[in-house]
Amino acid sequence: MHPAMNQSATREFPVLVIEPRSTWVALDLRSLWEYRELLYLLVWRDVKVRYKQTLLGAAWAIMQPLIAMLIFTVFFGKLAHVPSDGIPYPLFAYAGLMPWTFFSGAITNSGNSLVGGAHLITKVYFPRMIIPGAAVLAGLVDLAIAFLIFAVLMAWYQVPLSAGLLLVPPLLLVTSILALGVGMWLSALNVKYRDIRFAIPFLIQIWMFVTPIIYPSSLMPQKYRLLYSLNPMAGIIEAFRVSLLGGVNRAQFNWASLSLACAIAFVVLIYAAYDFRRMEKHFADLI
Amino acid sequence: MAEPAIRVTNLSKRYYIGARAQAYHTVRETIAGSLARLNPATAFRKRQPAWKHPEIWALRDVSFEVQPGEVIGIIGRNGAGKSTLLKTLARITEPTAGRIEIRGRVGSLLEIGTGFHPELTGRENIFLNGAILGMNRREIARKFDEIVAFAELDEFIDTPVKRYSSGMYMRLAFAVAAHLQSEILFVDEVLAVGDSLFQKKCLGKMGEVARAGRTVLFVSHNMEAIADITKRGLVLSKGRLVYEGPTIDALLEYRSEMRTGDLNHIDLEPSNQPKITRVELRTTHPDNVQVHGEPMEIEFKIATPVAINGASLSLLICSAHQQPVMHVWTFDSERPMCRESGVFHLICRIPKLHLYMGNYTCTMYFSERPGGERFQTLEGVCPFEVVMYGRTHDFGWHPGACTYIEDCRWDIEKVDEFRSLCPLPATSTFEMVHS
Repeated sequence: MHPAMNQSATREFPVLVIEPRSTWVALDLRSLWEYRELLYLLVWRDVKVRYKQTLLGAAWAIMQPLIAMLIFTVFFGKLAHVPSDGIPYPLFAYAGLMPWTFFSGAITNSGNSLVGGAHLITKVYFPRMIIPGAAVLAGLVDLAIAFLIFAVLMAWYQVPLSAGLLLVPPLLLVTSILALGVGMWLSALNVKYRDIRFAIPFLIQIWMFVTPIIYPSSLMPQKYRLLYSLNPMAGIIEAFRVSLLGGVNRAQFNWASLSLACAIAFVVLIYAAYDFRRMEKHFADLI
Repeated sequence: MAEPAIRVTNLSKRYYIGARAQAYHTVRETIAGSLARLNPATAFRKRQPAWKHPEIWALRDVSFEVQPGEVIGIIGRNGAGKSTLLKTLARITEPTAGRIEIRGRVGSLLEIGTGFHPELTGRENIFLNGAILGMNRREIARKFDEIVAFAELDEFIDTPVKRYSSGMYMRLAFAVAAHLQSEILFVDEVLAVGDSLFQKKCLGKMGEVARAGRTVLFVSHNMEAIADITKRGLVLSKGRLVYEGPTIDALLEYRSEMRTGDLNHIDLEPSNQPKITRVELRTTHPDNVQVHGEPMEIEFKIATPVAINGASLSLLICSAHQQPVMHVWTFDSERPMCRESGVFHLICRIPKLHLYMGNYTCTMYFSERPGGERFQTLEGVCPFEVVMYGRTHDFGWHPGACTYIEDCRWDIEKVDEFRSLCPLPATSTFEMVHS
C-alpha cells in the first residue's frame, strides 16, 4: 500500500455537511476569514485590470470628482450662487464629491459584481459575499488617488490641518459599510431581476441630489432636518466636509445626524448580509 | 475502519423548467404581473399552483460512499446528472433534499482556467487561478516554478494571457489545476478539451494523482480514460444511480444502456433464394464488446433451397466512418459449402483481433463464386466495439490513433563502442564559431 494513502487515511478531518438549508441562515463569518486571501486577490485583480492598457491610467480616478467639481463651481457656485457655508465653492464641492464618488462607484460596481462574476459562481465554491466586497474595496484605491488632488487643493487654498482629519478613517469605514450593504443587496437582486442594472445609475443620480454635495445641509429648513437626515449619506458627507475642512468651516459638527447615519448604515449592512445569504443558494442556478 | 471521505445519502436536486424557470425576471414584468392580478378582467384567471410547474429531477435519491484514497468514475449519458452531482458535492449548487458528508479539503476542477483574466499576465493569472481553486499564496509561490515548467511557458509567463494561443492557455490552466494539493478532487470532463498531445499529458497527470492516494471523483465520456484511471464506477441514468461496482462492469452497464440497434442480424423470412438467416458475433464481453487482441468468432446461418456451385461468403469490417478496414472470406474452392440444399452453420474464428479501439460494423457479401451473381448483401449489420481493457501501456490509448496493431518482433543488439565516426580536424568550424 502506498505510504501516502496510509497518511491521508489516518488524518482526521472535520466533517463538512451539505444539506438543504432553511431560508434564513447564519452569516458564516469564519468562512469569509478563511477566504480572505481570495478577497485580497480579487481586489488586486480589479485594480490592476482597471489600469492596464488605459490611456490615462490612474488619471481616471481623478477625472470624475475633478471635472464634476469644475462644472459645479461654474454652474452652481458662480452662476446659481449656491451658498457654501463660507468655504470657497471648489473646495466645498470637492470635499463632498470625493467620498461620494467612492460611494457611488462602490455601489455600481458591487451591484453588477455577481452577474459579472457568473463564470466564477457557476464553477467554483467560495463565500459569495467576497464578490461585492471586493468591488467595494477596489474603490478605495481610486479614493486614495483622488485624495492626492484634495491635498493639492488644501494647499492651494491654504487650509490648515485640523484634528478633524482624524475622523476621516472612521468616516470612511462607515461609508464602506453602507456601500457594502447597499451593494450586496443590489447585487443579489440583480441576479434575480436583471433590470436592476439599469435602475442603479438612476438611483445614484437621485441620491446625489438628496445628499448635500452641491449645496450645504444648512440649506434645509430646521423642521425638515430630521427627515433629511434619514438619508445616511447626508450625515456622512456633511461630516466628511467638517473633518476635512475643519480649519475653514464654521458650522458645528452635527453628531446627531452622524449617529443616525451610522446606525442606519449598520442596520442596512446586517439586513443586506442576511438577505444575501438567503438568496445565495439560488445564485448558481439563476445566473 | 476510517470514516468515508464522502458519504452521500438520498441526494436529490430539482430544477424547474418552462415558464417558472425563466432564468431572470425583470422588475417590470413582476410589477406587470402583480397589476394583472388587480385587473378584474384577468384576476380570476386560474394561476398554476406551484406543484403543477413542470420540474425535472436532475438527481433523485442518490446514495453512495467513497473511502479515502478511492478513485471513482462517474459515467452516464448526457443529462444523466453527472455534472449536477459534482456541482452539488462542490457546494456550487444546493441540494433539494438529502445529505452530503465530506471529510477533507476539496478541490474542484469543473473547468480549467476559472477566473483567468485576459489582461493579466500568465504569472498573475497563476496566482489568481490558484487562489480561486483554494490554494494560498505561499503554496502557489512554492510551486510556481513547477507549474511554469509543466506548462512549458517559461518565456511567456510575463505576457498578458490574451496573447496566448489556445494551446498555451490550456496548458497554463491545466498546470495550475494539476498542482492542487487537496485531499479530495472532483474532475469534470476537463480533459475533453485540447489536442491529443495535451489530452495525453492530462491523462498522465490524472493517473499520477490517482495513484498518489488522493480521493478522486472523475466524470468523463472518455471510456478508456475512465477504465485506465478509476477502480470503481457509478453509473447514473436520468438522475438515479443505476449501478455501482468495479469500473469494467460499470462501463458495460453504461454501454448496454447506450446500445441502439440490433446486435445480431436475424432474418427468418422465407425465400426461394439462398440467404443468410442469422449473423451473430461472439465477443469477449457481452453486448458485442470485444477486447483488442483477443479471439473473436462470427457465426452464420445460411439457408439455401438449391445447391450452389462455388459459393463464396465475404465479410468486410467497416470503421465508424464506413471505411472498410478488414476483410475475411471463405470460398467453396477452399472448403465445401452449400453443395446441396439445406441450412448451413458457418463459424469464422479470428484467433487474435488486431483492430484498434473504436466502433465497427459488418458488411457481408454472399455470392455464387467471387464476383459472380450476388445472392445477398448485408450492410452495416452487427455493430460491435473494440476496447483496450487490460491492455495498459505507458502512454494511454486514444481514439483514432491508428487502424490496427500489428504483431511484430523487435531485435536490438549493441554493434560498436561509442566513438565519433570521423576524426575532426584541429580547427573545426565548431571551434571557430564558439571561440
